[in-house]
Amino acid sequence: MESIFALVLAKANYVAYIILMMVGLYAMIVKNNLIKKIVGMTIFQTAVILFYVSIGCKRGATIPILEHHASPETAAHGAEKIVAHAMDAVNVTHYINPLPHVLMLTAIVVGVATLGVALALAIKVYNTYGTVEEDEINQQLRSG
Amino acid sequence: MTRHLPALIIVIPLLAALVTAGSGWINQKAPFRIAVAALLFSFICAVLMLIQVITTGIAMEYRMAGWAGPMGIVYIIDHLSALVLVIITAVSTLNLVAQKKNIISEFKDKAGAFNALYVLFTAGLIGMTATGDAFNLYVLLEIVSLSGYALIGLGNNRAPLATLNYLFLGTIGATFYLLGVGYLYIATGTLNMAELATIIPQNMGSGVILFAFIICLTGLFVKMALFPVHGWLPEAYSQSTSVSAGLIAPLTTKVTVYIMVRICMTVFTPEYTFGHLDVSGFIVLLAIVTIVFGSLSALAQKNVKKMLSYIIIAEVGYMVGGFFLGNRLGISGAILHIVNDAAMTLALFLAAGIFIWKTGGESRSDLKGLFAKMPFTMAGFVLAALSVVGVPPTCGFFSKWYLISGGIQAGNYLFVAALIFSSLVNAVLFFRLFEIAYFEPFTEGHGHGGGSHGNSHHYTGVLAIKEAPLDMLVPFLIASMTLIVLGLYSGTIVTNIIQFAIPTGVI
Amino acid sequence: MKILGKLTILLCGVLLMFFTMEFPDWGDPESPASTHLSPYFIQHTMEDTAVPNIVTSVLADYRGYDTMFETTVILTAGLACFLLLRIERKKVPHRYYRHEPTGVTLRMEGDKFPRNSEVFQRMDANWVPYDFIISRTCRLIIPFIQIFALYVVAHGHHSPGGGFQGGVLMGASVILFAISHSLRAAIKSFSEKTAALLSVTGVFIYAGTGALCLIFGEVFLNYSALAPLFGSDRVMARSHGILMVEIGVAVAVTAVMIWIYYNLSSAGKQDEGL
Repeated sequence: MESIFALVLAKANYVAYIILMMVGLYAMIVKNNLIKKIVGMTIFQTAVILFYVSIGCKRGATIPILEHHASPETAAHGAEKIVAHAMDAVNVTHYINPLPHVLMLTAIVVGVATLGVALALAIKVYNTYGTVEEDEINQQLRSG
Repeated sequence: MTRHLPALIIVIPLLAALVTAGSGWINQKAPFRIAVAALLFSFICAVLMLIQVITTGIAMEYRMAGWAGPMGIVYIIDHLSALVLVIITAVSTLNLVAQKKNIISEFKDKAGAFNALYVLFTAGLIGMTATGDAFNLYVLLEIVSLSGYALIGLGNNRAPLATLNYLFLGTIGATFYLLGVGYLYIATGTLNMAELATIIPQNMGSGVILFAFIICLTGLFVKMALFPVHGWLPEAYSQSTSVSAGLIAPLTTKVTVYIMVRICMTVFTPEYTFGHLDVSGFIVLLAIVTIVFGSLSALAQKNVKKMLSYIIIAEVGYMVGGFFLGNRLGISGAILHIVNDAAMTLALFLAAGIFIWKTGGESRSDLKGLFAKMPFTMAGFVLAALSVVGVPPTCGFFSKWYLISGGIQAGNYLFVAALIFSSLVNAVLFFRLFEIAYFEPFTEGHGHGGGSHGNSHHYTGVLAIKEAPLDMLVPFLIASMTLIVLGLYSGTIVTNIIQFAIPTGVI
Repeated sequence: MKILGKLTILLCGVLLMFFTMEFPDWGDPESPASTHLSPYFIQHTMEDTAVPNIVTSVLADYRGYDTMFETTVILTAGLACFLLLRIERKKVPHRYYRHEPTGVTLRMEGDKFPRNSEVFQRMDANWVPYDFIISRTCRLIIPFIQIFALYVVAHGHHSPGGGFQGGVLMGASVILFAISHSLRAAIKSFSEKTAALLSVTGVFIYAGTGALCLIFGEVFLNYSALAPLFGSDRVMARSHGILMVEIGVAVAVTAVMIWIYYNLSSAGKQDEGL
């Protein structure tokens, strides 16, 4: 029992993202309202973003901005001093992995763009059929 | 200058799309001309790159921002990419030039936005084909998807709902692909395709890589409308305008098949895909079901565009099944069919566009008597139909020949039977259309009003030939002639280009 | 149908969890993802680009090509919303205006406006009630939001920030103006044509910088080529090039956020929104 608990705790981020992804997929497949489906799609994409960001985590590390201090003499001498200060040996395990963050900046923007286009299409559907419930729309299509 | 061709082929359309979008607010005629010029330029770049790759025999590599992979993003143009690039740019340019009248009538005051989205769609496809980085492919896939949704969403009344369905399934497919890339990143730590190809053979037994493969492939199958996730395709393509259908139908599914070929052969090497894994049999079975289902559904349709959409589903089945047979003949057949199918689908949808413009209606019975009225158009349509059926010397025959030979060599007679069955069904389909068009008399003025664009073409005499206008007819005839040219040069294409696209390990 | 959906989801979830047993632990510094490629970025960002914020240097320099297409994605979304939704305004035959101090109602024919339109308020079916507290409070806050947005864009090199974040903040300030006052007032000060042209300009700055590097002889998006233009050495030219593209991204994201809001909130008619 403890081993299963320890296993789940060690892989907690994967469990979290799987649960979130299944919630999003459930909403997309089972719900009838188009807006709820769009929300489910957003949750589904957010789960993948959570997965990526959690890959880059390192225990005890800090954000990926190299530590540098702007003091009066560096400001006077310009950027070369900052470069020289920060180039003292950088400990890699001190900073988390920056690459998943970069990839997910792109993925978040893509998610927002898809959400915008989906909402525009939902507005058009509403203007045409007068409702956003899928079973009512199917009824109108079958009879009309 | 030729050193920078891999960057120019995508930068010039991107900049042109921006200028088009901006100029749409000032002038209504400029966007179309800028778009045509940019696409023509990309076509010339693609042909130049193909010639260079064939003559030198080595792939062109281009390091964006000056960093070598895996630190930066690298573009690699090898034989396969160059071939698909030529097809993408050619189809896109021909379609834009042929449908000028339709664009003006349907998108009167939004010409800037429409042409910009058109060029962005093509630029995204070009980038997807040329890239050598797995995550860059996802970003470009989303550009293609988003502009596709916008172009399709402006059809008739049922278009927004069909597009919304397409959006949900397309997002699921793209997100699954992203998840697969994430799993590969966890297992290997890199995103560069060439480097993945060196790391994966050392970790073949890993469950992570197996699952990454399954999820990537599932995402791609959703995007190329394989059975059972094909539900979005018929509605989306049949409810859109003829311009959008002529651009999106020939290209989206075929480039997705290209991505599948690239991932299975370049990233997961052929030893892994065909040797280590055992899913090929199951996938070929899925492809067979797709072929049978697509052909039978096409028989039941009365709407011409919907019938063509189901034929597209069956053709995707050919390509996926042929690829997963695993031998050199099958893979060559699949790659040759990417080229041929793009040309065939373009010709068919251009013909459907001309029919709809002429008669105003979309159903089968609207084709009555068109053989006598529009002989040139019908001649081109007959060529395209014969190519789909697989009659020599059109190109469809040669790709089917390679696929059938591959099936026989692999011992998969079910696949061969499905191919022959599908050819017979296609023959029945198209000869039924020919019968309606040839033998039934032309009834006057039976446009349904919804599709005819303003001026109707009532003729005065029964025997007067009223052809489509020249700027619609000439590109369509060029597309039909290309089918014969591709057919006659099939052998050259296979020996000079496709042979080098397949790694030497595959028999 | 619901039972089938629930069963499928449960099966998929269990299958996925079974496969994750092989993954590296959470927070493991020795996983392949953290040891293969990323140490290069962390160790070499200062000597290659002179930018301490590793995320910015990877985003705009090492993988700058991806970011260019990400900006194009958001532009595509703006164009798509415009293409799908925009309806031309119908020309109304006459309009009603009320003179604030006296309470007199005027009727103007055609498209004319009364002069000194500060004291005249337009009245029609889409008239929105005017809330004094909300509009005055937001009017106080908006300039600070905009200054903070500019700060975030400019400090992307040294602290968390950059083009996308600053652009969204700036766009949010204009959207706040549109919500607290009325959509018409926002369109009058920041018209749709401005938003569309600015969004295209933003992406053009990004792609144009890359093309400029091409003209100077290096590969596309290699900012070191711009060293003679900025008058500095090759490493600092990269830092300045990153700033240029971040500005382009900020302009594009601002304009597209506003454009999408205008089209979505008014369902294309752009007469009155939320």
